[in-house]
Amino acid sequence: MPIDATLVGRKFPPTAPYEVTQVKVREFAEAIGATPADGVVPPTFPIVVAFAAMNDFLAEVEADLFRIVHGEQRFAYERPVRIGDVLSATLVVDSLRQIGGNDILGTTSLITAADGSVVCRTKSTLIHRAEA
Amino acid sequence: MTELAAQQFTVTRADLVRYAGASGDFNPIHWSERVATSVGLPGVIAHGMLTLALAARAVEEWAGGADRIVEFGAKFTKPVVVPDDDRGVVVEVTGSVSAEDDDRRTIAVKVTCEGVGVLGAMKAVVRA
Repeated sequence: MPIDATLVGRKFPPTAPYEVTQVKVREFAEAIGATPADGVVPPTFPIVVAFAAMNDFLAEVEADLFRIVHGEQRFAYERPVRIGDVLSATLVVDSLRQIGGNDILGTTSLITAADGSVVCRTKSTLIHRAEA
Repeated sequence: MTELAAQQFTVTRADLVRYAGASGDFNPIHWSERVATSVGLPGVIAHGMLTLALAARAVEEWAGGADRIVEFGAKFTKPVVVPDDDRGVVVEVTGSVSAEDDDRRTIAVKVTCEGVGVLGAMKAVVRA
């Protein structure tokens, strides 16, 4: 089922506030084979919050996660994520193209702290593979 | 251009399971051969974000700390297929400084798996 083109330009509600804890950061650092240093949050950690926004989006468009392949991801930081931050992601659908029956979705998620300040912007391209 | 020291990382199926749990990305293409092949993939593939996280570890090392990274990202151009064995696959990250001024350095990053480029258009901007 192709994804509805009228979604382009749509801004989704912010995800539920996510508290960045030392335990979670350590778990994430270990999962990427990094030596967890006190207070240092891996640069790709904001994907945890961005992924929550993407899941909300996929539920809305009734797309199956297993049909999604990641095409591109870019981060631009205003500041590093810190333990104790309470983050939220707001996803905007930038573009939608259809190539060979696959939907190519471009999204931007703004990752903000509890005071509303921007921590980072992350752009994602998702490929929704056509049913065979 | 200044070449940076190449770094290698091994990725096994166990790493994919661990990354799924830590990141919350439970897409079955990263742990089920059946689902992965049903959507046309050659087999279970690594999370693109795991490969990117490994590349970020190399960039952190070159930059002298994660907090120096201002921008980075890549296209996931080829899947990293992870076999169901104990050996896994090796991802190699190389980089060179492509631009530099007083306060910023741009690093062009190449990431390969078994000699094949898996990330495209990867660059990182770091504070000098």
